[in-house]
Amino acid sequence: MLAVSQLGSWLPIALLFLVAAGLALALASVSALVGPRRARGVHDESFECGSEAIGSARERFGVKFYVVALLFIVFDVEGVFLYPWAVLFRELAWPGLAAMGFFVATLAIGLVYVWKKGALDWEH
Amino acid sequence: MTEAVLFWLFAVVAVAGGLGVVLARDPLHGALSLLAAFFALAGLFLLLAAQLLAVLQVLVYAGAILVLFLLVILLLDLGPARAAASPPGVVKLAGALGALGLAGLLCTLFLSASFPPAVPPSDFGAVAAVGRVLFIDYTLPFEAISLLLLAAILGAVVVAKGKV
Amino acid sequence: MQPLADQLIRSWIHADPGAWPYTQAVYLLFMLIAGALLTTFTAVFSGIVSWYERRLAGRMQSRIGPNRVGPAGFLVWVADALKLISKEDTIPGDSDHALFRAGPYFVVTGLVLTFVALPFGDRLIAADMNLGLFYILSVTALVVVGLIMSAWSSNSKWSLVGGIRSAAQVVSYEIPAGLAIMVPVLLAGSLSTQGIIRAQGGPAGGSFFLAGGWPWNWFVFDDPMAFVSFFVFLTAALAEGNRTPFDLPEAESELVSGYNTEYSGMRFSFFFLTEWANLWVMSALATLLFLGGWQIPGVAPEVIGHSAALVFVSFLVFVVKTVALVNVVIWLRWTLPRIRVDQMMVLCWKYLVPIEMAAVLLTALWMLGFAHLVPAAQSAIHGVFFLAAGAVPLVLFLRQTFANLRLTSDRVDLTNW
Repeated sequence: MLAVSQLGSWLPIALLFLVAAGLALALASVSALVGPRRARGVHDESFECGSEAIGSARERFGVKFYVVALLFIVFDVEGVFLYPWAVLFRELAWPGLAAMGFFVATLAIGLVYVWKKGALDWEH
Repeated sequence: MTEAVLFWLFAVVAVAGGLGVVLARDPLHGALSLLAAFFALAGLFLLLAAQLLAVLQVLVYAGAILVLFLLVILLLDLGPARAAASPPGVVKLAGALGALGLAGLLCTLFLSASFPPAVPPSDFGAVAAVGRVLFIDYTLPFEAISLLLLAAILGAVVVAKGKV
Repeated sequence: MQPLADQLIRSWIHADPGAWPYTQAVYLLFMLIAGALLTTFTAVFSGIVSWYERRLAGRMQSRIGPNRVGPAGFLVWVADALKLISKEDTIPGDSDHALFRAGPYFVVTGLVLTFVALPFGDRLIAADMNLGLFYILSVTALVVVGLIMSAWSSNSKWSLVGGIRSAAQVVSYEIPAGLAIMVPVLLAGSLSTQGIIRAQGGPAGGSFFLAGGWPWNWFVFDDPMAFVSFFVFLTAALAEGNRTPFDLPEAESELVSGYNTEYSGMRFSFFFLTEWANLWVMSALATLLFLGGWQIPGVAPEVIGHSAALVFVSFLVFVVKTVALVNVVIWLRWTLPRIRVDQMMVLCWKYLVPIEMAAVLLTALWMLGFAHLVPAAQSAIHGVFFLAAGAVPLVLFLRQTFANLRLTSDRVDLTNW
C-alpha cells in the first residue's frame, strides 16, 4: 500500500511519456501519410556533399573520447554523493563539511593527475 | 493488484532487455536492450519505495555508463560484421552447464529462504534518510569510495596513455 | 498538481477530497490535461521561438528576417510545420532503419519529460517530486542516447562526427552544470524545484521589503560563490543544449548539419523542436535555481496559494524571468563565434569543474560561518552584495554601450522592429 501511494507522484511521468511519445508518433505518421514517396536509387544514398560515399561511415574514433566518457562517469558518481549531502548539510554541519572536503579533495587530486598527464589537452 | 501488474510488467521488460543484451547480434542493439532493462529496474526500485535509488539507476546507469558503452561501441567500430565467430562446442557446453548450475543454486536458495514482510520507516528511500545512513553511519566506507574513484581516474589515464 | 485539484474540489464541489469518491478520477483527468498542455506548450513554444529568434537575429544583423506569413511574419512557424509534415521522410538505404526511425523519439520524449518537474508558478507544476532536480538531470540522459542512436544509425560521416562530438560535449558539461546546481540545493536544503523556489522567499514574517521575490532574496545574490555558479550554470547549460558558442556538434561550415544531416521532414523537425524547447528548460532551471523563480516581490510565499489572482501573478513573474533569459541566450548566439573543440574541453575540465568544486565547498563553509547570524543581518549582507554585484556590470555595460554609440556616431533605434 505504501508503495502504491508513493507511486502516485510518479504517475504524471508515465502519462506525460505516453502523451509525448504518442504526439511524436502521430506527427510522424501523418507525415508518412501526407508526404511523397520517391523512387529509390541515388535518392537513398547517404549525403556526402555530392561525392560518392567511400566505404562505411562507421570508422574508428580517437581514444580521447573514451577518456572523456570515463572522467564523466567518475565525476558523475561524485555528484551523486554530493546531492544527499547538500540536502542534509544543515544537519551534518562541520563533520559533514570535513567528510565531503576529504572526498572532493581526493577527486581533485585525480583531476590534477589527469591534467598533468595531458589527457585534458585535445591537440596532440 | 496495481502493484502486481506493474511488477510483472517491469519484470518482463527487465528480463527481455537482459536477453536482448546477450542475444543481439549488433552491439548497439544490445546496448539499447540494456537501456530498457535499466528503466525496468528503475521501475522495480520505485515499487520497493526506493525513490532515490530509482532515479540514480537512470542517472548513473542510463545516463553515464550506457553512454560510455555506446561511445566504446562507436570507437571500436564493433558493427555486426565484426561479431565474433561462434565459440567451439566445449565452451558452449561448459557455459550451459555453468548457467544451469547457477540457476539451480539460485532457485533452491530462493525457495528455501523466507521473506518476512518488512515494515519500512515512513521516510524510507528519501534523500535525507539515505544521506543520514551514508554520512553518519557509514562515513568511512563513503570516504573509501573516493579512493576507488581516484583509482578509476588513474586507470583510465594509464589505459589510454600514449594514445591520447 | 494534487494540491491544486484538492483545492478545486473543495471550492467548486464543496466536497472533502479525502472522502469524495471521485477524487482519484479527478487526479487522473488533471494529469492527462497537464500532459496534453505540457506537450502542446513544448511544441508551440519552440515554434514561436523559432520565429522570434529569426526576427531577433535579423534585427541584430541589420536585415529583416521572416516577414511574409502573417503580421510581422509571425505565422512562419505554422507554415514551416506544415511544410515539414508534408515532406518525404527519407531513410538512407544503408542506415540501420529501426534505430534511425527511433532515435528522434528518444530525443523528443527525453526533453518533454523534464517538464513534469518544471514549475510554472505557485502550485502550477505537474508533479512536485521531492527528487525533482535529480529527476530532471536523469531524464536528459535519454536525449544523449537518442543523439548517439541517430548519429550512428545514419551511416554518414557527418552524422557520426557530429553525434560523437555532441555526446562528448554534453556529458562533459553535465559535470559543471550538476555541481553548479548543488549550490542552490545546499542553500535550500531541498531537491524539489518548488522547495528551492520557496527557500528564496525571504525570512518568515519579514516586512514588505524583506518578503517575497525581491532580488536580494534570490540565491544568485546570496553569496559570491552562488553568483559565480549562476554564470557557470548558464555556460554549461548552453553547451548541453548545443547552442552557440558551443554548437560544434552541428557546425554547419564543417559538418553540414551534424547528427541530423540524414534526417528530413518530421523527424528532422524533432531535433529542432528539442533544441528550442531546451531554451525554455535551461532558462526555467536558471530562473528557479538562482533568480527566485515565481516569488512575487513583497508578497510572502505562504499567501500566494490562497488567491487565484496571486497564483496568476506568480505565473507571470516566472514567465517574464524565463523569457528574459531566453532573450539572453539568443543574444549570445548571434554575438559570439563558435569555439574550437580543444577550447571547449579546456574550458570545461580546467576551469568550470575546479571552480565549481571549490564553490560547493566554500558555500558550505559560508553557510556554517553565517549560521549564527539572525535572518535580518543575513538579508543585509545579501543586500550589500546584490548592490555591488548588480551595479558594477550595469555601469560597465552602459559605459561601453554609450562609448560605442559615440565612436560609431550611431543612434539608439527601436523603430522598424
